[in-house]
Amino acid sequence: MVMKVRTLKRHVKEGLKSSWRNSWMTLASVGAVTTTLLLVSVFLALMMNLNHVAQNIEEDVLIKVLIDVTATDDEVEELGESIKSLDNVESVDFSSRDQELKGLIDSLGDEGNVFSLYGDDENPLNHAYIVKAVEPKDTITLAEEIESLNRVEKVNYGQDVVENIFTFNNYARNIGLILIVALLFTAIFLISNTIKITIIARRSEIEIMKLVGATNWFIRWPFFIEGLLLGILGSIIPIALLFTGYYFLDQNSAMINQFEFITILPFNPFVWQLSGIVILIGAVIGIWGSIMSVRKFLKV
Amino acid sequence: MIEMLDVKKTYPNGVIALNGVSVKIKPGEFVYLVGQSGAGKSTFIKLIFREEKASSGSVTVNSKDLVQMKWKDVPILRRDIGVVFQDFKLLPKMTIYENVAFALEVIEQSPRQIRKRVMEVLDQVGLKNKARFIPDELSGGEQQRVAIARAIANYPKILIADEPTGNLDPDTSWEIMKLLEEINASGTTIIMATHSKEIVNTVKRRVIAMEDGLIVRDEYRGDYGYES
Ligand SMILES: Nc1ncnc2c1ncn2[C@@H]1O[C@H](COP(=O)(O)OP(=O)(O)OP(=O)(O)O)[C@@H](O)[C@H]1O
Ligand SMILES: [Mg+2]
Repeated sequence: MVMKVRTLKRHVKEGLKSSWRNSWMTLASVGAVTTTLLLVSVFLALMMNLNHVAQNIEEDVLIKVLIDVTATDDEVEELGESIKSLDNVESVDFSSRDQELKGLIDSLGDEGNVFSLYGDDENPLNHAYIVKAVEPKDTITLAEEIESLNRVEKVNYGQDVVENIFTFNNYARNIGLILIVALLFTAIFLISNTIKITIIARRSEIEIMKLVGATNWFIRWPFFIEGLLLGILGSIIPIALLFTGYYFLDQNSAMINQFEFITILPFNPFVWQLSGIVILIGAVIGIWGSIMSVRKFLKV
Repeated sequence: MIEMLDVKKTYPNGVIALNGVSVKIKPGEFVYLVGQSGAGKSTFIKLIFREEKASSGSVTVNSKDLVQMKWKDVPILRRDIGVVFQDFKLLPKMTIYENVAFALEVIEQSPRQIRKRVMEVLDQVGLKNKARFIPDELSGGEQQRVAIARAIANYPKILIADEPTGNLDPDTSWEIMKLLEEINASGTTIIMATHSKEIVNTVKRRVIAMEDGLIVRDEYRGDYGYES
């Protein structure tokens, strides 16, 4: 659909004029959109960062397969082959009980010295395979598969941490979604009410427009623009807060990053992307709200 | 120009407003629609600019089939038809100039054309000097003349008037009639529903009389024919 620039200008002007005239309703709708989008952006920032942390941890998750101490060399070899033949396996490294003991002693530092007392024959540890999954999220299934193989004594991986983060994310996501959907509908409802007031105030204008042969789209456009304006005005404060808040976090990220796995997503491009999402949601709410009332009132 | 064939119109509430109307109106005619209240005059008029759609039969206006017509084509039809009502339907916050210009703006005429045409039609209805007034500052007859100016601004082939003098005193009514005759003389087809016996009996034109949704009489240079 091609629209003359002059016509577009007129629609924008009319849309602005109505928003200005119903300034109280405009304020209420913009307030509702602002609240909604504030929550959406805090929630999204939190979820995306938690996912990011979970991924970091997952990526470092290795499966340690402890081999039965009574296994013969052949059986150990055979187990290695069976693990390699499983799906989703990226790498399989053998680590002998001596290497395991050395690793343990190193990781414990001074206190590890007690273990040096063990002679070569007294080493209480198992031989082990260190396995890495192609896709981190398949770690859990892969670990379970390996556990059922012959001569496996035990399988260890950071299951607790990963599972906890995922369960937390799931809960947070569901609760957040319910809250956001409820708020979205409130915002849409308020916007459609604002537009409805504009339409009622302009009933006679619309009647005459129809009478003299204005097209339906010509009549609808100013209302869409008014809705869009309400939605986009509502995204200004959330985006401003997002920028300042995340900037502050980012400046202090050194403090956060002292924990090995916990890093936040970098300011650029994350905040830009999130702002894009927020403004898009604002626009969608606004247009949706106006479609709802325009359709009902113009019945065209 | 306008042709109806066995047109019936039943409103959603079950009222049968037209019950088999057939009529042909040629370009340039001046037609009175008369009949008692509830006879179906306004319904007849609404069918012509597709404010209402016939329930059965066929309605053809400017070679367009209005029964088959899609919603999106209705605006184009209306650009060729001017409509005037008893209650003027002017926008109270706009000046006379703006009221007429509005009708041209919303069908996306160029600003230059609009400026030229608005002053032209206001001159034609004799209100050029009141262009800056708002409707409330004008008499009823003057307001109706503004409505007529708006209706003819886009050079319509047909002008429809539903009781245009219904709210006006006799003297003012004659002014409006004079104006309508001038517009008709320049070639525009006019269809006018009216209850005014004096007008119909004095300015002799084709008279279509309706009763209970039917055309009961159709004569050139006819009479009003009812005691009122
Ligand atoms: N929108 C509508 N819904 C239902 N019934 C209607 C509607 N408009 C008109 N009617 C009915 O249709 C019949 C014809 O009405 P119409 O308005 O065409 O009469 P009219 O000849 O114009 O009368 P009047 O001289 O009083 O203006 C009437 O019985 C009226 O009640
Ligand atoms: Mg009527």
